[in-house]
Amino acid sequence: MTTTSDAPKAGFRPSQLIYDTRYRSMTIQVIAFIALMLGLSWLVSNTIANLSALGKDFDFGFLGQRAGYDINQRLIDYDSSSSHGRAALVGILNTLLIAVLGCALATVVGVLAGVLRLSKNWLVANLMAVYVEGFRNIPVLLWILLIFALMTEATPQPRDFREGGDASMILGDSVAITNRGVFIPAPAWGNGSMILLIVLVLSLVAVWGWRRYAHKVQEDTGRILPIGWGTLGLLIVPLAVAFLALSATSGRVTQPIYVTGAAEGTSLADFGAAQQGINACAVPYSTESLNLRRALRAEGLRFNVVDVTSAEEAIAAAEEGRCNILSLPASTEAATVPAGAVALSDTIRRGSPVQFESPVLGGFNFEGGLQLRNSLIALWLALSLYTGAFIAENVRGGILSVSKGQTEAAFALGIKPSRTMRLVILPQALRVIIPPMISQYLNLTKNSSLAIAVGYMDVRSTLGGITINQTGKELEGMLLLGLFYLVTSLIISSAMNLYNSRVKLKER
Amino acid sequence: MSDTHAQTVSYVRETMLPEAEPPVGNRGALLWVRENLFSGWLNILLTLVSLYVIWWALAHTMPWVFRGIWNAGSLSECREIRDATLPEGTSAACWAVLSDRWQQLMFGFYPRELYWRPVLALVIFLAAIAPVLFSHMPRKALWLTAASPFVMFWLLWGGSVWFPVSVALGFALGWAAWRALAPLAGTLIASIVAVALPVVYWLYSAGTLARELDQAMPLSIEYVPSQDFGGFMLSFIIGIAGIILSLPLGILLALGRQSDLFIINKISVGFIEIIRGVPLIVWLFTASLLLNYFLPPGTNFDLMLRVIIMVTLFAAAYIAEVVRGGLAALPKGQYEAADALGLDYWKSMRLIILPQALKISIPGIVNTFIGLFKDTTLVVFIGLLDPIGLSNAIRASTEWNGIYWELFVFIGLLFFICCFSMSRYSLYLEKKLQRGHN
Amino acid sequence: MKKSVLFGALTVTGLAAGAAQAATLDEVKERGELNCGVVTGLAGFGAPDANGVWEGFDVSVCRAVAAAVLGDPTAVNFVPTTGQTRFTALASGEIDLLARNTTWTFSRDTDLKFDFAGVNYYDGQGFIVPTELGVSSAKDLDGATVCIQTGTTTELNLADFFRNNNISYEPVPVETNAEAQQQYLAGACDAYTTDASGLAATRATFENPADHVILPEIISKEPLGPLVRHGDNEWGDIVRWTLNALIAAEEYGVTSANVNELAAAPGTNPEVNRLLGTEGELGAMIGLENDWAKNAIAAGGNYGEIFEKNIGENTPIGLARGLNAQWTNGGLIYAPPFR
Repeated sequence: MTTTSDAPKAGFRPSQLIYDTRYRSMTIQVIAFIALMLGLSWLVSNTIANLSALGKDFDFGFLGQRAGYDINQRLIDYDSSSSHGRAALVGILNTLLIAVLGCALATVVGVLAGVLRLSKNWLVANLMAVYVEGFRNIPVLLWILLIFALMTEATPQPRDFREGGDASMILGDSVAITNRGVFIPAPAWGNGSMILLIVLVLSLVAVWGWRRYAHKVQEDTGRILPIGWGTLGLLIVPLAVAFLALSATSGRVTQPIYVTGAAEGTSLADFGAAQQGINACAVPYSTESLNLRRALRAEGLRFNVVDVTSAEEAIAAAEEGRCNILSLPASTEAATVPAGAVALSDTIRRGSPVQFESPVLGGFNFEGGLQLRNSLIALWLALSLYTGAFIAENVRGGILSVSKGQTEAAFALGIKPSRTMRLVILPQALRVIIPPMISQYLNLTKNSSLAIAVGYMDVRSTLGGITINQTGKELEGMLLLGLFYLVTSLIISSAMNLYNSRVKLKER
Repeated sequence: MSDTHAQTVSYVRETMLPEAEPPVGNRGALLWVRENLFSGWLNILLTLVSLYVIWWALAHTMPWVFRGIWNAGSLSECREIRDATLPEGTSAACWAVLSDRWQQLMFGFYPRELYWRPVLALVIFLAAIAPVLFSHMPRKALWLTAASPFVMFWLLWGGSVWFPVSVALGFALGWAAWRALAPLAGTLIASIVAVALPVVYWLYSAGTLARELDQAMPLSIEYVPSQDFGGFMLSFIIGIAGIILSLPLGILLALGRQSDLFIINKISVGFIEIIRGVPLIVWLFTASLLLNYFLPPGTNFDLMLRVIIMVTLFAAAYIAEVVRGGLAALPKGQYEAADALGLDYWKSMRLIILPQALKISIPGIVNTFIGLFKDTTLVVFIGLLDPIGLSNAIRASTEWNGIYWELFVFIGLLFFICCFSMSRYSLYLEKKLQRGHN
Repeated sequence: MKKSVLFGALTVTGLAAGAAQAATLDEVKERGELNCGVVTGLAGFGAPDANGVWEGFDVSVCRAVAAAVLGDPTAVNFVPTTGQTRFTALASGEIDLLARNTTWTFSRDTDLKFDFAGVNYYDGQGFIVPTELGVSSAKDLDGATVCIQTGTTTELNLADFFRNNNISYEPVPVETNAEAQQQYLAGACDAYTTDASGLAATRATFENPADHVILPEIISKEPLGPLVRHGDNEWGDIVRWTLNALIAAEEYGVTSANVNELAAAPGTNPEVNRLLGTEGELGAMIGLENDWAKNAIAAGGNYGEIFEKNIGENTPIGLARGLNAQWTNGGLIYAPPFR
């Protein structure tokens, strides 16, 4: 082979471009490249011609314009006067949120269903088979619509939670399941929450150290230390101690409520009765804010909350007249208290490092707490159940692919069934499970673009939907949208491939 | 032996006892129940939970399904019948919407007297893929397979028969050019000409030729515009067209991805990754909103065709990955054997590699088709009337405004039947192929 | 017919390249069919019946234009469009005319490069709430959850309304009217907002319409009308004057029942004569046959007849004429003179 192709040294002839294997591949590539470039330039020139014919231009200036529409679920600040770019960002975060939540739940559901499908229990195995086949063979869009409708129809309206209604909150009046979503307690951070965080970080470090130590002991002596209990104890005990200690000390401190436009020493109830409207200045998600609101609600007063970032800003806002009630630490110097403000006879507690605010039924809906909207839950459930059915099949296939001899060998060595699963079966099964699992995660992320079917405002609905519709910038909008999905997909697949190459058994 | 025992032992059994029946709890149904349902506290718990789930689900749906009302002209009529015949407060399905509108859900607005045409097209499709799926069919039947897309197109849309014929002629032209040129000028030039010639022909003379032929010998059936297509027929057409048209492109992409040629390889990888990285719905919006920007000014063709083009490109990327899996699964010896025989690249692919690789890939292709078929429901977002789109349209009519579950249950059931039978088939193929290799 | 068959087939495969920008009239005539963009389904305004025949208030505009241009009200190719695809479909030339309850706004007329041919329905955005909420004004909706159809002007109006009144709300975006209806009835939102006509149509189909009340506030102006591409003024004129012919016909008492009779010979009213082509050459001025208006009126009746047949008080939709009465009856519907 080498001798025949090395022989002709007579110089280059054009016909070699076609007949000589050394040059022919170059020729083919050059032709392909030229064809690609021609095709692309044809597309671009068409686009330019079409745009100018329609009198449109190609620029991304619309991202800075006022969006004008509202979004219900926003992980960052946004209102209708924000820009289209910000709306797109809100959508992107919503997409990422549903993707992460969905992948996590899909994994749990999939692994569970895959294992249960192999169960010796005939009923359970067949129930799982029905689940898997049912979800795999019906379009995901239909599932999204069905689950959304089911959740809307099967859960009570907030109205039913009123006196005389037939619905009630669960878990000690802290969680309400309605057809507008599930309302759960929201955390509020108070004094000393920073200390809690530091304790948590220290515990994590300790856990890491403990696991390393336990591993080392096992390697050296064969003695198995209780890793699980140790981890649990290291995580919980210091946190609990710190929390209780902080609650017992700073949590008991009270602080006065300052109001404007009332006499010194009035009670909160009298103040509320005398005022036209109550505007409370408070730092969002703080325990002071929570306790102030609780005090106001306890008196049965309606109020608006004016968000501020610090006590200083609250004082400034009160001086401008933007709010007429605020709570300041007792240590605040008298000079900085806003002009004309007086302390009420009531006081509030500063609060523990962490407090949870339960949702309460307000005018039309539940207020306070965290609302997991129905659209989010329906989309989350539908995507997870749908993808979970595929993952279940992967898991089942993976477990079946590990030969029975492996289990038997492990048992013969006297390894417990749970350890056999963890140390022998799973590592081998994972090798088969992970690669298709990656593509299922990708599918889930891409399927989240169906969010609009339930009115979940993901990036497809904000940037690729309302924004395009209001501004008429289809080309730019779709380009950005496509780029976002492409980049996300590439990141997920490369991250998972990295993990995959770690899990993969090293082969010859 | 028995003699010696006769002295020492007082009694020796000389015949086997008949097998005793196992205890009641250890045989028949009871054994099965105990082993499969109640063999431990965990199993008992699981069984009870499953039983409760099944009972709960059936108790909530079955009465509604079986009390259903089949004869009514509108939802309000349904409600009247329900209130008149059933005790107050009971819910009942209004299946009457299906008896009223099932034709629309199946065929869209396709003229009723022409329903035989899509049905016949489906039959032809099934007949045409038989030689591909079942290896014992005569090879000559593959020619029918090649001709079937044109026949199906003609049956579905109708119009003059000369139009599909003149398009098909382009392929024949390309093939003829290749056969004529390949021995003379080499495969490279021959392939370039074989691609370029039909394109030029389609752009400049196919339309004229069809018109001339039509004038010379008119032969046409009633034309049905794309707007009349809808329902499951639309899903099938988009799904099937997507898969058939994407196969050649997908195979080329898979070969490109396996290729050593740097640029070809990178183009293929880029194409596949870009298509697969972006959701189908974005591609559909591209088809609906943007495709007109990319084509020469003034070009305009109907939405359904644009969707089919996009779906084809989309499916091609997935098919390419499936075929790549098939190519990678072939032992290296096959490639080396082909080289050893002195076959050039295309010959070795056509005669040795691809037939084997494609055979392994068929289950994957069927799965891709199932996925694509389910994904055709997304065309509702760009205004095509697929089953879900039609359900919206039906709910917008004054008679059926407010109906919900009945339509979705019906659509879901049909999708399930189609997809489930296809997935069983692909499972069967997989098993058959596995046997073949062991 | 043979030619149109072939042409249709060519369109299907995309080999036909039609000029999207100019001479829509010639194109429509050559094609023998009008491509009309309609809603995918909105009770009373546009939805296919059990036989797949499109019916509705907006659909009638398409039919009237087809009758005026081609003499055949059935020569219409209805292209269902969503809120999101409608403008591109028109801009790209896929449809010749968009009659899909689209609000005439400044930016759509100018920035998106369309021409509105007039107004066939004066609408406004309203709210519907369950009676038991005890709400009597939209301003009482502080903190309420509001269902809203996405991709329309209504969501902008809603945001502006609540912002101006400094009250808070929670929007629940939904894709279609049917979906919104289901959400609202299940109580997933306290109020549903859309065009008042849509609210009436929606309420009419409820099991207990009396349990729901439409609030008095109309928070926006929504003049709905057919629109065409900017730049082809001849085509725009045809659509505009077909709509005007329907309106004028009602004013002068020309109905689908008597139009043939009136068009047979010149009558006493010169305006009617000019309209129906028995006097003057109005048809030729817009490039159509002289009996164009007669055909348009014969297709589905005059404006009033179309209104009564599709959305009027005797239909399940049950809309009163209100703002959409003739100017002589205190409404806003007004056709410029035919001379």
